[in-house]
This record gives sequence, structure tokens and C-alpha cells, in this order.
Amino acid sequence: MSMYHTRSVTELSAMLQAGEVSSVELTRYFLDRINNNDDKLNSFITVSEEMALSQAKACDEKLKAGNAPALTGVPVAHKDIFCTHGVKTSCGSKMLDNFISPYDATVVKNMREAGVVMLGKTNMDEFAMGSSNETSYYGPVKNPWNLDTVPGGSSGGSAAAVSARLAPAATGTDTGGSIRQPAAFCGITGLKPTYGRVSRFGMVAFASSLDQAGPMGQSASDCALLLNAMAGFDEKDSTCIEKDVPDYSADLDKPLNGLRIGLPKEYFTHSDGGMNAEVETVIKTALELYRSMGAELVEIELPNSSLSVPVYYVVAPAECSANLSRFDGVRYGYRCENPKDLNDLYTRSRGEGFGAEVQRRIMVGTYALSSGYYDAYYLKAQQLRHLISDDFKKAYQQVDVIMAPATPETAFNLGAKSDDPVAMYLSDIYTIAVNLAGIPAMSIPVGFANSNSGKSMPVGMQIMGNYFKEAKLLNVAHMYQQQTDWHTRLPEEFKA
Amino acid sequence: MSLEVDEVKKIAKLACLNVAEDDIQSYASNLSNILDLVEQMNAVDTAGVTPMSHPIEAVQRLREDIVTDFNRRDEFQAIAPLTEDGLYLVPKVIE
Repeated sequence: MSMYHTRSVTELSAMLQAGEVSSVELTRYFLDRINNNDDKLNSFITVSEEMALSQAKACDEKLKAGNAPALTGVPVAHKDIFCTHGVKTSCGSKMLDNFISPYDATVVKNMREAGVVMLGKTNMDEFAMGSSNETSYYGPVKNPWNLDTVPGGSSGGSAAAVSARLAPAATGTDTGGSIRQPAAFCGITGLKPTYGRVSRFGMVAFASSLDQAGPMGQSASDCALLLNAMAGFDEKDSTCIEKDVPDYSADLDKPLNGLRIGLPKEYFTHSDGGMNAEVETVIKTALELYRSMGAELVEIELPNSSLSVPVYYVVAPAECSANLSRFDGVRYGYRCENPKDLNDLYTRSRGEGFGAEVQRRIMVGTYALSSGYYDAYYLKAQQLRHLISDDFKKAYQQVDVIMAPATPETAFNLGAKSDDPVAMYLSDIYTIAVNLAGIPAMSIPVGFANSNSGKSMPVGMQIMGNYFKEAKLLNVAHMYQQQTDWHTRLPEEFKA
Repeated sequence: MSLEVDEVKKIAKLACLNVAEDDIQSYASNLSNILDLVEQMNAVDTAGVTPMSHPIEAVQRLREDIVTDFNRRDEFQAIAPLTEDGLYLVPKVIE
């Protein structure tokens, strides 16, 4: 039996094009892997076996005919936040447990047109609100590196599935770190593009001014291939940017001589909630490798970064309370039994359909936007957001990219933070500022540390770039991955 | 910042959420903690700072007001909890 799960998307794509493997064979291989392993991880909500095999069959015909796009026949998993025509799109919520989407998200459509086969839909925190995948209506996802720990969130199912190679790659979304934090916890590569680079159409909205979709894969070169298919202008998303999509694979091998890497002193601190010492050692080793490759390390300041978490917990809940008002028990989604009047229908459908964390955020947002509080909360937060984003603009006058840990510590144990929302929120302390500013950022695996669960767990390093500099980030990440093999390591239990 | 039980009930009402009486106290304490976190914003003077409405200062596009999709009522209503003759059904509103 060929070990297709040890192959990157880049390799699988070449094998498909050369006719060394068929898409049906490959798709069946990964469907079997999911069937045999996912009871341990719970990384999928829906496996769309029949559809996958029929898509694969069509891809094989295109491959035979010649001139098929690069990703033709490659099986990929979609986060269950993306609407998929005819397939359940639950967003990890009881509210949408019965929702069969009547249309495709633009990301799904773009990727299908690029030849991708959909294996199924991955588990996630309910409505993408969470940092551990424990708020899912379908139960928590387990981290493949240690089944007692969380995979991170909200794209925890996608991260775990790629980490255990149940899928060669997956899509995710990132509102405050939901691609980068799970990528870091599960030892994979994830990219959150610039706000507006990828269409949000058909992606269930959480916080519209922060949400952005991106690829989660084994390597930077895989993420480049996926982003080539995902990105692009879409008339159906009014915040999508009308700007040409470069070939993200073109500059991957550019040498890093003279690259200026900014290290924000606010991120490299051990004070309250700061970086774990073992994580720091691993990050510093990675930075040294960059120095040896010709990069220059420069200390920079992001003075307002400490305000990111408080600002985020005004902006995101405020926007979520508005976005989630559409769930009314009338047009689609969950409806309570025997409503006695219209108000009872609304309030009970929502009270029973949404989980506790979603209700908390709706309430925080409702409070922040309620009469008399707007200036003190939402307006203040939007002003601070400007200052946070100005910090980045100033920094990028001095440096090409900024590096920092993706998370203060490695994956924590299941249940460790689930009773303390604020402690959970602070686990995203290094990722949130990026969303507030709208800049792109990646997380790449750079080693292992024993910081939390008593077991050696992956450490993710974050690489942040200026607006629309995704190609630069991918190049910087790829060159590191040419010198190291962290990104090719597999969790023991899922090697075979 | 500490929210009282009555305030939480008011917020839940505004948010159209039916919150069980037993859960109100824990929501009050969670929400108070979150608002404490948010209070840190007050440490910075933002007088005169323009609020940021779009991450890359882009202006929202407008489109021509023309039909771009066809009628798919039956398909959309197939996923509704309760419909009849093309209408969404809700409990009686007017006696």
C-alpha cells in the first residue's frame, strides 16, 4: 500500500498529473484513513464520501484529457463554516444541525473549479467562537500529538485532520487566530491572508470586519498552491479587494539575504500571560537559523499590542451579535418545539439552538452596542484599532516581516480553560492584533516544547507581513522549511 | 465592572435569548469578567483618533440594482422549519 498520506499536496499533484495515481484511488485512500482513524480525533462533522468519489471520477477524466489545473484530483477538507451545496453546513452549532446549504461559498466554488475534491466538512468551535474546539455541538476535537490536549480553535478539526494526515490539506478561517493558533498546536502550516484577499461569500459570518479564510496544510509550498485557488476578487463580497492575484508559488525559493525581521519586544516577554520559557528557546533557535540564512533581526515596538485582546472582545462580539440576529427559527436552522407566540419562537429557538459561549458573546455585543454604551465600547475599540494598525504600519517601514511565537504556550489539556472564558481569550494574545490590523500572517512548525501537557508538543512561530505580502510570507516560511523537517513530522499514532 | 442579575436579564431580552433562570448568575459573573478585561481600553486616551471601519481603509463598492439571480423559492423553503403555499409559518401575531 502506498503511503499517500506522507506526500505533500505539491507531490500528490505531480503524481496525479503524471498519471502515477488516480484521483479516485487517492480519494478512497483518504476516505479510508478518515474512517479508520477519526473516531480518535473527531475532526470531521460530515464525510461526503459519495460526492467525493464522483468528483474524483470527473477529475480523472479531466486529467486524462490533459491541461487540467494543478490541484485537479487532490482531496481536501473544508471547515464546516463554508457553505457547500447539498451538504450539511453546521458551523459547529445545533442551530444549523439541520442546515443543508442551497449554495456554495465562493471559496468552495473556486477550489472545485481548480480541481479540488472535497472529502468532507471539519469540526470547529461553534460559529468559530473558541480557541480549543471545545464549544462545538459535535464534541471536542483531540490533538493528534496527544489525545488529552486540545487541537486549538476555532479551525481545530481542519488542523487535527491535516496533522494526522486524514486529509492532505484543509481550509480554515481566522477571526482572531483561528487558523494560526490550531496550526501551531497541531504542528502544521497555516496562513491567514490580508483582509479582503479571499471572498467571505458563503462563509458563515462571525465578525465581518475580521473574518478571513485561508489554507491549512503541511508546508508553505502547499499553502501557496491552495491560496492560488482560494484568493481572488468576488463581486458577491463587498469588502473583497479588487486586486490581481499573483502566483504565490513563483517566489518561494527567493534567497533571504538582507531580509529584515522585526521582533516586537512586547511579544517577547515572560510577564503575566507571556511566553513560556521552553517555547521561547524553540523560537530563538528558529530565529538563529534565519540569521544564518542571511536575515537581520531587528527589535521593534508595537506599543498598543497589549490592548488587542480587550479591543477584540468588543469588536468581535458586537459584530457577532448583529450577524447572528439572522437566526430566528423562521427561515432555516433550529426551531423550538411548540412556540406559544412569536417572541417565544425567537427567544427559545435562539436560547436552545446556541451554546453557552455563543450566547455570552451575543450578550457582550448586545450590551456594547446598546443605547448609551456605543461610544464607551464600540467607538473606543475602533479608535484603538486604528492605533494598533498604525503600530504595524510604522514597523513595516523598518522591517520586511515580523516574527513572534504564535501562542504563549503549547496545546493545553482538554477542559483546562473551558470554565474560564477570559483565560481562554488570553490564549490568543499573539494572534489577535493581526486581525484588528487586517494584515496577513502565518504559523509554521519550528520544533517541540514540553510546556503544558507533560508531553512534547509542537511549537508554532508566527510570521506577519505587510498588506498583500502573502507571497513574501510564503517565501520566508518555505526557505525555513527547506532547511528543517519539523513540517514533515507525523504524530506517532498516525504514522502508519 | 459588575453586572447585576437584572441587567443580564435585560441584555438577554434585547438579544432575543431565552436564558434559563439557573444560568443567569453564571452569565452575570462571566460577562462581568469579560467587561473587566475590556475596561483595559480606558488606559489609553483616544481623543481625536479616527475610528477604523475597514482594515485597509477601502470604501464599500456599490453595484447596479439589477437582477443577478433567479427565483429559487422552493429550494430555499425546503430548508425552512415550517412553510405553506410559499409562505413561512409563525405563530399567530394578530388576534
